[in-house]
Amino acid sequence: MKNVLKSAVAGLALMAGASAANAADLKACFVYVGPVGDFGWSYQHDQGRLSVEEHFGDRVETAYLESVKEGPDAERAIERFARDGCGIIFTTSFGFMNPTIKVAAKYPDVKFEHATGYKTAENVATYNSKFHQGRYIIGQIAAKQSKTGVAGYIASFPIPEVVSGINAFMLGAQSVNPDFQVKVVWVNTWFDPGKEADAAKALIDQGADVISQHTDSTAPLQVAQERGVHGFGQASDMIAFAPDAQYTSIIDEWGPYYIHRVEEVLNGTWKSHSSWEGLAEGHVVMAPYTNLPEDVVAMAKATEQKIIDGWEPFTGPITKQDGTVAAEDGVRLDDGAILGMNWYVKGIDDKLPQ
Amino acid sequence: MFEAVLLTVITAATPLLIAAIGELVVERSGVLNLGVEGMMIMGAVVGFAVANQTGSGSLGVVAAIGAGMAMSALFAFLVLVMVTNQVASGLALTILGLGLSGMIGEAFIGVPGLKLPELHIPFLSDLPFIGPVVFQQDALVYVAFALVAGVSYMLFRTRMGLVLRSVGDNHASAHALGYSVIKVRFLAILFGGACAGLAGAYMSLAYTPQWVENMTAGRGWIALALVVFASWLPWRVVAGAYLFGAVTVLTFHAQAQGFGIPSQFLSSLPYLATIVVLVLISANRRLTLVNTPACLGKPFVPDR
Amino acid sequence: MRIELVKRKEQSRAMLLLSPLIAVGLTLITAALLFIVTGKDPALGLYKFFIEPLTDTWSLQEIVVKATPLILIACGLSVCFLSNNWNIGAEGQFVFGAICGCFLPILFPEFANGATLPLMLLFGALGGAAWAFIPAILKTRFNTNEILTSLMLVYVAGLLLDYLVRGPWRDPGGFNFPESRIFSDAATLPAIGDGRMSLSAPIALIVVVVLAIVLARTMKGFEIRVMGESPRAGSFAGFSAKKLTLFAFAFAGAMAGLAGTMEVSGSLNQLLPSISPGYGFTAIIVAFLGRLNPVGILVAGFILALSYIGGEAVQASMGVSDKIASVIQGLLLFYVLACDTLILYQVRLSRARPAAIAGEAEHV
Repeated sequence: MKNVLKSAVAGLALMAGASAANAADLKACFVYVGPVGDFGWSYQHDQGRLSVEEHFGDRVETAYLESVKEGPDAERAIERFARDGCGIIFTTSFGFMNPTIKVAAKYPDVKFEHATGYKTAENVATYNSKFHQGRYIIGQIAAKQSKTGVAGYIASFPIPEVVSGINAFMLGAQSVNPDFQVKVVWVNTWFDPGKEADAAKALIDQGADVISQHTDSTAPLQVAQERGVHGFGQASDMIAFAPDAQYTSIIDEWGPYYIHRVEEVLNGTWKSHSSWEGLAEGHVVMAPYTNLPEDVVAMAKATEQKIIDGWEPFTGPITKQDGTVAAEDGVRLDDGAILGMNWYVKGIDDKLPQ
Repeated sequence: MFEAVLLTVITAATPLLIAAIGELVVERSGVLNLGVEGMMIMGAVVGFAVANQTGSGSLGVVAAIGAGMAMSALFAFLVLVMVTNQVASGLALTILGLGLSGMIGEAFIGVPGLKLPELHIPFLSDLPFIGPVVFQQDALVYVAFALVAGVSYMLFRTRMGLVLRSVGDNHASAHALGYSVIKVRFLAILFGGACAGLAGAYMSLAYTPQWVENMTAGRGWIALALVVFASWLPWRVVAGAYLFGAVTVLTFHAQAQGFGIPSQFLSSLPYLATIVVLVLISANRRLTLVNTPACLGKPFVPDR
Repeated sequence: MRIELVKRKEQSRAMLLLSPLIAVGLTLITAALLFIVTGKDPALGLYKFFIEPLTDTWSLQEIVVKATPLILIACGLSVCFLSNNWNIGAEGQFVFGAICGCFLPILFPEFANGATLPLMLLFGALGGAAWAFIPAILKTRFNTNEILTSLMLVYVAGLLLDYLVRGPWRDPGGFNFPESRIFSDAATLPAIGDGRMSLSAPIALIVVVVLAIVLARTMKGFEIRVMGESPRAGSFAGFSAKKLTLFAFAFAGAMAGLAGTMEVSGSLNQLLPSISPGYGFTAIIVAFLGRLNPVGILVAGFILALSYIGGEAVQASMGVSDKIASVIQGLLLFYVLACDTLILYQVRLSRARPAAIAGEAEHV
């Protein structure tokens, strides 16, 4: 009995060894916080991974772990990839920051890329996209299109990225209609279609006729479609879910960045950096403008072009909610101020937790 | 405004109501099935998949009920035939359901679903206020209420209900009287599975017509809590489900009004409210003890 | 034909050993089928899932790391379950314990000396116990069902942690991101070995041993078992059901709180908006899989940890989706639970339907 078991184990081990032999030049690995089937954040990162596979073919092998919870499991997941021979590891959630740094210190030969964080090291780069650029544009569209002068904003968690998104949206809206109102609802989740739908309904019942969301499901847009109001997609193009309601969508396009960085590892030119790009580099993409009159489309496209040409939405004059000046006329907020934003611009009718 | 809020509450409460009424019957028969979440999510994915493939919402609903029943049959086999621990088996059922639904649903991610039509009852639905709230819902809202009425009638007015309750209260004497404890419990569990599957279909075909992983997001657990909250009385499940739905929806309204209360506090209100109401109800000791199935969670093996 | 269970006169010793093996065998067969259906090499999949994690020191250590909080919480829960107290809110007690255990390094970072860590562990255990005391008091005072209240408090504890980490306890140097400051060395549980194992593993082992002795050899253990099996007999013997309820919840809460604090201090080094991948719920399974026996829980904790680590391994190396891993995990649990039945019962297939069953058709 014992011998039979032993030889069975040996046989399995042999097969395991055999199939690991077909080595590619590089293994690129991805750690996702959600299921790849969320059709939002993690889904878009996985689209990026697939475009790496498509671009490099047999030269690059990819692997991923999905639904890795932030917390104790993250470090193990990242370290597993480092040990498994991955040459570059993308960790795609803010909560993976410290585990990434810890593992990176142990595996100096492996390159790490952490999304949305701020800690770098010799072998750890960070990357993020300027989603607030898109939010400025949709703020303008909202103010143009709204009849009630009120937009609803479904927010997930009060982190700087979400707060700066709300502010950019408001600045865009105010550039069209200085009295525009934004009602904010925090649902305390990135992903719960039912809750997001309920929040959208509550906002519509309170007079909002344009819904913007910083959560991942398509539910708010579906509600908008059903109730005859309008809204914007998030992370991916959600037009299929709301053919009459979606004005546009802010799409996360990670593919170009992933391909670029993998290429650099292959060439040996990879260096640590903090990448934070937006519309100009195609890391943020606006979905086709739909359900809009031509003049509004023209305005949106003009703003898009202006941003691509180098204009920053967070350019003064910007007044904070408490009346203090955030940026003088013509002064551009520096990157740090935007990346760590924890204040509202004037006109937003909500309080941030301090 | 009030009318609109009420409509939102109805949709939020309906899946909880359907799943909870099924679990109530299961628990009345003396079985605790903690796998509601797993059965519900299977109902959601199968309902969506079938509706999507056939183009028929009703077929989707039927398939979802079947999926819930299949899952519950597995559970029933384990706890009734193999006499496994009910708590652990129910938790395992949830793990299995979440995994299996993800596998089945992979092909349906990002595919818009079809929404169950609303029933417009001629003339009645044109009434002011009452019309839209009472007579313009999707069919499942009415089904939910019919289920509650039916279960209430069955439990307290029929012989079948008497047998079910006696099996849940004292399986040894029910067995001595010649009733098949196993058979009654098996049917009760299947009913619970059917309801959970239906609740899942409500999620993926009416509430938010789409398929995404984990889309039930813990509602199966809330449904379980509602059964206890209702102290095993059907109409109290309605009260519980609507209370929970109402508090959830109202917290969003409070936020949109800009009261400036930390949102985490508002989010925890439905749970705190449930605890408070439960304490108030259970302080009335006589009533709760009478309705608690005495054999809840206890395995039964006939001595032959 | 029907399947019938016949109670054995005594536990089957053979089955005691064989049942886990049968369960694992069935899991392997099903898993292999699943791999084949999804187009993966079954032999390789099984090897990566169940064997490879046991062959190298890194993954062995990771299994210990994963199993430690599960075992600790399950030990506490077993006392609750043995005495008929249905505490399913260990997840909340874990979180609240961690909050209480970690206020020292977060609010008083200068207080860093030899007393820091013991105090943190003490506060963690007390905090968990306090959180568990709420459903216990509601149960003994108002007769409120503890399943519901303990479960509801899970959500409340989670939101409280969320509020603290995003608000008042945010790292002042952290660019407003939701995380607390990183703990000093004095607040970090010492590591053991070259991996991520910390002092928490031996502490859990001590709890297992002590609990095993207490349950088997002492009056308290006798009280717990008697009150669980027959509360009436227990009250004749002079035991108080209410006091035992308070004790069981407090103990379970303390273990969960301790586990929470050690997880944060030993592994995370800072508070984050979510600190538990469902330990409190998984521990319920571990407790029952271990037959509510501390040594059994030790084994069950390792089996479950292996199923997580192995599931991750097939995902990472073979691209098997994590859904398949969780299906296999669910099935493993089913098989183990079902096979355990064979220890106490014999399965018999019988053709004849007993009279009692045939007669009841007209009643239902």
